[in-house]
Amino acid sequence: MNWDWSAVRDFMPHFWDGLLVTLQALALGSLISFAVGLVWALLMRTPSRWVRWPVGTITEFIRDTPLLVQLFFLFYVLPEWGLTFSALTTGVVAIGLHYSTYTMQVYRAGIDAVPVGQWEAATALSLPARRTWAAVILPQAIRRVVPALGNYVIAMLKDTPMLMAITVLDMLGEARLFSQQHFQFTEPLTVIGVAFVLISYPASLLLRALERRLVR
Amino acid sequence: MTSGLWELVLKGIWTTVQLLVLSALLATAVSFTVGIARTHRLWIVRFLAGFYTEVFRGTSALIMIFWVFFVLPLAFGWQLVPMWAGTLALGLTYGAYGAEIVRGALNSVDPAQREGGIALSFTPWQRMRKILLPQAVPEMIPPFSNLLVELLKGTALVSVMGMGDLAFSGNLVRLALQESAQIYTYVLLIYFVIAFLLTRLMRKLEHRLKAGAGKAPETKVSVPQPVGGGVS
Repeated sequence: MNWDWSAVRDFMPHFWDGLLVTLQALALGSLISFAVGLVWALLMRTPSRWVRWPVGTITEFIRDTPLLVQLFFLFYVLPEWGLTFSALTTGVVAIGLHYSTYTMQVYRAGIDAVPVGQWEAATALSLPARRTWAAVILPQAIRRVVPALGNYVIAMLKDTPMLMAITVLDMLGEARLFSQQHFQFTEPLTVIGVAFVLISYPASLLLRALERRLVR
Repeated sequence: MTSGLWELVLKGIWTTVQLLVLSALLATAVSFTVGIARTHRLWIVRFLAGFYTEVFRGTSALIMIFWVFFVLPLAFGWQLVPMWAGTLALGLTYGAYGAEIVRGALNSVDPAQREGGIALSFTPWQRMRKILLPQAVPEMIPPFSNLLVELLKGTALVSVMGMGDLAFSGNLVRLALQESAQIYTYVLLIYFVIAFLLTRLMRKLEHRLKAGAGKAPETKVSVPQPVGGGVS
């Protein structure tokens, strides 16, 4: 095994570019998944089964099929329908949508964990439904699920390399480009592999600490 | 779509299923080995097993695949057949996730059971095999079922390496027909059907194992509708 530090040095500027793109995709993807997941979770609580059934089926379909194929779908099909986005935008939307079907379950668990007394108190005070949700239920539900949502952010981080498949130059994209230009595969791929561990392991430790503080 | 293209898709399904079965087998072996090692009494064994889990859970499956395909041949001179390279990368990564499931299930067995085994002077291996695992394994099935679906989704990643799995055959058909919406819808539906069959299979397995361990299968917990709940 021959390790070439000069290749690492040459790769580092590309690495930072890639890291920036990865973090951008992660931040925007998380925001989309948090927002859309909440919408799914609320829709799943409507009394009408004509809403719940389609929402349940669609989200399960998105959850059980590979993100990679969904990326291809959005990347190649949307332009056919006349919607042209940049590769990064497409990737962010796909990742956010995919993970919204996971965060939806997290929200659901959080909403279910709010004590029944809170609902009864809201009814007793004859709060309208909108205020019951916005002022009573969701603030308590969301506080409980923050660590669980954080876990999905870490999971999302580990799925961002897939954006490479639709030409986004994230960390893996930069590493692949660099290795093809310089015929040095070992160093860039190892550097980004280590970088992922160095980001995700402290993040999960942080979440564990947060969980100890928030959930009880 | 012509029959030739369908043949391509069928070949892709077959590759995906093969890869799924092989990597699921490897991942199961890894998860039990590492998961049991994490409950070992020597700290060095626990540390090494924990290190393995954190490294493989910390990095991305796709990066592992790149690493096995590109770095392993250069660095160690091991050129693997694509099928085995894919199996290795997916099995090791998802095995690390599985190890956490095994560890959690082993830890959730009532401590009195283990103490009973000690009192009856079972060897540690007998305790594991005859007391802990029979009670822990049924509990592992629902999370393993989720993990299996994740693994199925993970198999699509090998298409990036040019392996002819279902996702890759979808790309080929798209190039041939220039009708992306249709072919990708088919591909997604096929993945969904496979995932559906897998979860059904795992549920059957859970029922059988729970019956074997003398427990009733978990009935679906119905969440009571809160008073005045629901978006109206």
